[in-house]
Amino acid sequence: MAGVRLSGVTKIYDGGVIAAKDVNIEVEDREFVVLVGPSGCGKTTVLRMIAGLEEITNGELYIGDQLMNDVPPKDRDIAMVFQNYALYPHMSVHDNMAFGLKLRNYPKPEIEERVTEAAEILGIRDYLSRKPKALSGGQRQRVALGRAIVRKPKVFLFDEPLSNLDAKMRVQMRAEISKLHKRLDATMIYVTHDQVEAMTMGDRIVVMKDGVVQQIGSPLELYNNPGNKFVAGFIGTPAMNFFEGRVKKEERLYFEGKEAELKIEIPAELEGKLPATAGKDVYLGLRPEHIVPEEESKGKLRSSCNLKVEISEPMGNEVFLYFQSGSNPIVARVTAAINPKPGTELKMYFDTTHAHFFDKDKECAIA
Amino acid sequence: MNHIMKTTGNKFKINNLQSRIISLFLYFLLIGFTLVVLYPILNVFSISLRPGDRLLSTSLKLIPDGASFHAYKVLFAQTPFLLWFWNSSLIAAAVTITGVALASTAGYAFSRFNFYGRKSAMVGLLVTQMFPPTMLLLPMYIMLLKLHLINSYLGVIVIYTSTALPFCVWQMKGYYDTIPFSLEESARIDGSTRWGAFRRIVLPLAAPALVITALFSFMTAWSEYIVAAQVLQDTSLFTLPLGLKQFEASMSTQWGLYAAGSLLVSVPAVALFLILSRWLISGLTLGSVKG
Ligand SMILES: Nc1ncnc2c1ncn2[C@@H]1O[C@H](COP(=O)(O)OP(=O)(O)OP(=O)(O)O)[C@@H](O)[C@H]1O
Ligand SMILES: [Mg+2]
Repeated sequence: MAGVRLSGVTKIYDGGVIAAKDVNIEVEDREFVVLVGPSGCGKTTVLRMIAGLEEITNGELYIGDQLMNDVPPKDRDIAMVFQNYALYPHMSVHDNMAFGLKLRNYPKPEIEERVTEAAEILGIRDYLSRKPKALSGGQRQRVALGRAIVRKPKVFLFDEPLSNLDAKMRVQMRAEISKLHKRLDATMIYVTHDQVEAMTMGDRIVVMKDGVVQQIGSPLELYNNPGNKFVAGFIGTPAMNFFEGRVKKEERLYFEGKEAELKIEIPAELEGKLPATAGKDVYLGLRPEHIVPEEESKGKLRSSCNLKVEISEPMGNEVFLYFQSGSNPIVARVTAAINPKPGTELKMYFDTTHAHFFDKDKECAIA
Repeated sequence: MNHIMKTTGNKFKINNLQSRIISLFLYFLLIGFTLVVLYPILNVFSISLRPGDRLLSTSLKLIPDGASFHAYKVLFAQTPFLLWFWNSSLIAAAVTITGVALASTAGYAFSRFNFYGRKSAMVGLLVTQMFPPTMLLLPMYIMLLKLHLINSYLGVIVIYTSTALPFCVWQMKGYYDTIPFSLEESARIDGSTRWGAFRRIVLPLAAPALVITALFSFMTAWSEYIVAAQVLQDTSLFTLPLGLKQFEASMSTQWGLYAAGSLLVSVPAVALFLILSRWLISGLTLGSVKG
């Protein structure tokens, strides 16, 4: 087992596309780290550099203590699960899994033992003699996982392994991969663009955008203390609400929305963290669960706004309410007990103790 | 309701009848074509059995009067037919093996690597196919002369291989393009070298293309006459097409021998095709990737 360290890693493709820029990530031994970000942000590129399938333009990659920049993939002791499975179509499921072991000259009994064990774990024993084309998508995905785990590598790499599965299968496999991680006690790096996957599976999450790492932290850290507006908006569904405006000072600090007729008092707890922001343009960020109707405000919240429900999406245990305030869309997450019809006007309270403030220009968090 | 059932029933019957008529017609058509293809071969067969050297005959019998395998006996016993057969086999085998080895690797390079001059080399290969082979005869002859390859197996092998290669390389490249990259990458992570991934993953999947390359190279060498006639001058080096031509003299052509020889020449080609055709299957990469 081993950790993985990327230090100042940059990738520039032929043609000048900078797919990764000065990436610094330290994955600890046995950690499950998720790389997440929107399409084209360079997640796959980073993963492929770790795998050795893509040359590193600049910077250093360590697996364990060994510098890996120029080590061929086969000598890195890693396994990778591809988004498209990449099963060997001319080999049976058994041979697909045994391939890597055969190449490494494992004795036959051990190969059999490991393949059987993996097949057992993944529930694919009955398909061992089939060819990949006779399997369903979910089964293929399991074979791809099996091929990785029989090798017992130092590091597992996953590139959106679940994106080809249907929603139910995805949830199930998600749990299975998490279980697998506990069981194998291995270092895993997992790429996805689905932040729910990232939140539920990762010990830590690396958020990327345009080839640049935005923030690294545990799921809750990212959720509660996003380092910038991008991370704040990316993590969490529905996404965080943002209001453009300005911090002003009268006898107390307050936030005045630019468009929405918003005047939000900044609570005492946050006041200390917002020094010298008076008169500055900022974004105020508020998660949907922190915009609550009168019934839930319990009389403690003071900032409020009358909003007209445009769409209401019942999710069973809760309801997402979509409002429009000027050009600013607002979404709130409320209990299912309140299920207003579209068009209803509601007085919504803002729980400002949970407000986030971001610098208007640099978009970095100020509080 | 009853009424509707009845009409659809009738309709079904009509459709059935229609499809029967269509398939009957198709069968007649296919039988017709088969006859058109088979007749000349049967005719040649018939000639090879005829006593004497009669090419033309008024009889329509497939097995002529006084039929015998005399011509075949003479062919094996009194002519260097077996030697020519050996020469042809040797040359065709060499061309096939070189062709497959070179086309499979060159095609891979064109498909997978990005190197300077890749595009122009591909186009260059295509351009060589635009000249009629007879036009190349003279320059090729001169080149062989300078290389001292006239009147040698190697001379024809070189020319046949280079004639067959451009098509084969293109063909291989096109097939490799359909094999997903990630299969090789996966193999490399599993422990293969690049060459190992090529050999264990890509080549088995490219079997249909390899078969085409092999057949094409073989046929190029097996049935060629013009180049062989220029390059091979020694009777002991003659290939089958050259040898057969020997039976044709200005005054009296030995039609029986000629016919028997031609039939035997086609046997290896047909056999090779039948053997290799089991690898000509589509959908080999099915199930490997989801995309
Ligand atoms: N072989 C390549 N040559 C040139 N540019 C490339 C190459 N591969 C990827 N890129 C570019 O690099 C950037 C990052 O690509 P990458 O595949 O790493 O994104 P990603 O985060 O994995 O996206 P997705 O979620 O869509 O898979 C993209 O802008 C892409 O266009
Ligand atoms: Mg990707």
